[in-house]
Amino acid sequence: MVRIRSTMPSRAVQLASVTGMMGVKVIPRAARVYIGCALLGAGASVLPALRPGAATPWATVALLTALYALCELPARCRLLGRALGGSVPMGTGSFFPVLLAAALLLPPAAAALTAVPGSLLARVEEPPAAPRRAWRAAATALATWAAAQAAGALDCARALGHGHDAPDFPYALLPAGAAALTFCLALTALDGGIRATAGGLPPRAAWRGLLGRALAPHAVHGLAGLMMAVLWRSTYGPVSALFVLLPMYISCWVFAQYHRERAAHQATIRALVQAVDIKDRYTRGHSERVGHASVLIARELGMAEDRLDVVRFAGILHDVGKLGVPTRVLRKDGPLTPEERRVIELHPEYGHEMVRGIGFLGEARAAILHHHERMDGSGYPYGLHGDEIPEFARVVAVADAFDAMTSTRSYSRARPVPTAVAELERCAGSQFDARMVAALVRALDRHGWQPAVTADETTPAGPTGGNVPPPRGAHAARRPEAPGTRPRERA
Amino acid sequence: MRPGSVTVGAVHGAALLLSLTGFASTLWYGVDEPGNALAFGTLIVLGELARWGAAPGVGAPPVREAPGGREPAPLAAAGALAYALLGASAGTATTHGVLQIVAVVVAAGLAGIVPHIARGRGPGPDHLARRVLTVGFAALCFQPLYNSGAVVEHLGQGPAYALFLVLLLALTALCDAVLAALVLRARTGFPYGPLLRDELSALLGIGSAVGATGTVMALGVAAAGLWALPVLAVPLLLTQVSFRRYAAVRTVNRQTIASLARATEIAGCTPPGHARRVAALSAAVGRELGLSGAELAVLEHAALMHDIGQLSLVDPVAGGATALLPTEEQRRIALLGGEVVRRTGVPEAVAVVVERQADPYREQPLPARIVRTVNAYDDLAGGEKAGAALDALERLRLGTARDHHPDVVECLARVLARGGAAGVTSVATG
Repeated sequence: MVRIRSTMPSRAVQLASVTGMMGVKVIPRAARVYIGCALLGAGASVLPALRPGAATPWATVALLTALYALCELPARCRLLGRALGGSVPMGTGSFFPVLLAAALLLPPAAAALTAVPGSLLARVEEPPAAPRRAWRAAATALATWAAAQAAGALDCARALGHGHDAPDFPYALLPAGAAALTFCLALTALDGGIRATAGGLPPRAAWRGLLGRALAPHAVHGLAGLMMAVLWRSTYGPVSALFVLLPMYISCWVFAQYHRERAAHQATIRALVQAVDIKDRYTRGHSERVGHASVLIARELGMAEDRLDVVRFAGILHDVGKLGVPTRVLRKDGPLTPEERRVIELHPEYGHEMVRGIGFLGEARAAILHHHERMDGSGYPYGLHGDEIPEFARVVAVADAFDAMTSTRSYSRARPVPTAVAELERCAGSQFDARMVAALVRALDRHGWQPAVTADETTPAGPTGGNVPPPRGAHAARRPEAPGTRPRERA
Repeated sequence: MRPGSVTVGAVHGAALLLSLTGFASTLWYGVDEPGNALAFGTLIVLGELARWGAAPGVGAPPVREAPGGREPAPLAAAGALAYALLGASAGTATTHGVLQIVAVVVAAGLAGIVPHIARGRGPGPDHLARRVLTVGFAALCFQPLYNSGAVVEHLGQGPAYALFLVLLLALTALCDAVLAALVLRARTGFPYGPLLRDELSALLGIGSAVGATGTVMALGVAAAGLWALPVLAVPLLLTQVSFRRYAAVRTVNRQTIASLARATEIAGCTPPGHARRVAALSAAVGRELGLSGAELAVLEHAALMHDIGQLSLVDPVAGGATALLPTEEQRRIALLGGEVVRRTGVPEAVAVVVERQADPYREQPLPARIVRTVNAYDDLAGGEKAGAALDALERLRLGTARDHHPDVVECLARVLARGGAAGVTSVATG
């Protein structure tokens, strides 16, 4: 079964951590001071390498600096990025192995220096660019400096070997691990600080969860950095060290593609819903709201996070089977004949047939099939009753009826929430599962109900019929326009 | 006998012969440096165990896999390549030969896939044969030269040696691509050029990660001994995990798009299976016309969703056959379809193809021409009836003045003569 929720420590989060101040447009005063301090610290850490008389290995520094800057460039330069196989920008941080290799190979001050140009050059997601760049350069320089200190303290230079001297494995893993851990801790600490000062988060919230998510990726970066350093020092020279980067680079590229594809997938789901809107424009926004209400109920019942996703899809897609109902019947204004009513009542089965092939929907498929069943067994399509009805279907049935009652229809205004709740409670037990109704009531007490979508029309419906036009008495105030004449309007 | 079976048989036979010779020679002469053989063998077994079963997509449309996502066991492939290119271990020269490499790779590979075969998801013989021949090729290029001392003598053990390995890697990749395209051509009968181009562009994905890791493992072991193996395996595993998640979300997306495509059938707008048939046949025609991987993916998505505009009609078109409607009506439906497709998050190019499927062929991009002609064919031929197919082709030929591009129609005729879209799905799983 395919799961689309991410379970790995998210690289995106870790990437975001370097930019720190996501979404902050104006940098607050506290953050300016904080960035200034970081810059001073970074300057102080770099300075010893620039002093006359410092035995800085300039060739290695230049190579690593250029390498890091070169790695960060494709993300910045749109043209180059596209030439490399896709316009998906990769976040900063994909190339930490270079910095970790620098930390292992160079003295602390020189290692810190390698981080600066690349960080200054790299892509910035949103303005203001200058302080973000400065912050990133300072943070990575400080973290690299700290990592190099840790590696140096554990006698890294000897462990890496040189030329024909073989490296001292497995001891070399120790300084490399220490360097990666220090790097990760330093970045996390600095990052938490900027979140606290720029984002105005309380310190505990700013740091919470950062370290746990960052540890695993940094461990991998550490191993890659170690291998780069070993090969750099070996007789095969820096050229061979480049190969270590390629799998990392591809991994990051794939990760970016993954995020793009995931977004595309969400869009496809919405397109399925919008296809329904094309046929039946009175339901616009209804699907999304039912999804929202279903999640409210499910969360109140204490369902696990990944099931919440499924129940949301069940809510969003519950009426997808209306695609199978002839448009003429769906848009009919007058009373429905028994024949037409039978046709409309087929929509749960059509819907189930449609989404049958979508593996990850899982339980949601049963919910789509059974969302018009009633607790007393008088629903359709199968006339199940009580606990025979799948749990998700009972959730969606309540959410569906609730939204149908609280949204304005073509011929009557929306009922207020308390009236709708009273109606639901009246039908609890016979039509709805009382547990679901109670959960909805609790959720509404806690969160209120703000329909997120501004659509204001649904098909005439009451708690008796879910979202299906009642058999008679529906007097629409206006006729539907001729279909398909103005496709842009439906966007 | 199918026309390509000689090629496939020859490839399998060569791989089998090479493996058997490798086993016989290794059994007869014994194993050089058993420690290295064991370490690399273990790596390959683990890599095969971690292989992601490319479960055949049941009910999924024949949309092509992501280019570059086709190596199911990257760690095993990298390990095999590294063993083939292994010269020294922690500074000491090794002496293992080509046949021992083949024997170790085959034995470890077989040991690793036993659990997968037990679960009924083992890799096909094509894949195994390719692995054996590719590794044999790399070893044959490198080991005789190294073992005779020529490599170290001329190139030393410096950067030149590393670059030599890169050159061999490029040759090996080329050999692998040629081999893959050859087998694919034999199985499907598609033209060789585009297949080879697809295979080469696929190398940019996980293929290059595998190659780079294989080379760097060989160098790493030469510099640091066998400890380099686990250290380097971890980044590659990360790459594999990334690819797997990417593939998973792609699968989900494909299923969703297929559902969207089926919506027209359930709504009674089109006959059952129409979208799938048009997609499969369009892909076959597109391949015949030399479209590459990305263009084919666009073509197939567009073909799957080409009728989606019909959902906005109040009354379904009789039989769903848009090809029989007046031109203006056809274009209107196409524009409506484009509107929906634009919202699905598939590439913009797909929406353009859907929108322009009803234009006269001189104004159309190539994928739209293909969709138009294939759709008309499926509408006219109405499924499986043999006589109707010929009539339909005849009517398409009559329409080549304005509606249908003559080349596309002839190409469709060739594909149909060969047995239709058969073999398209094997591209996706290959």
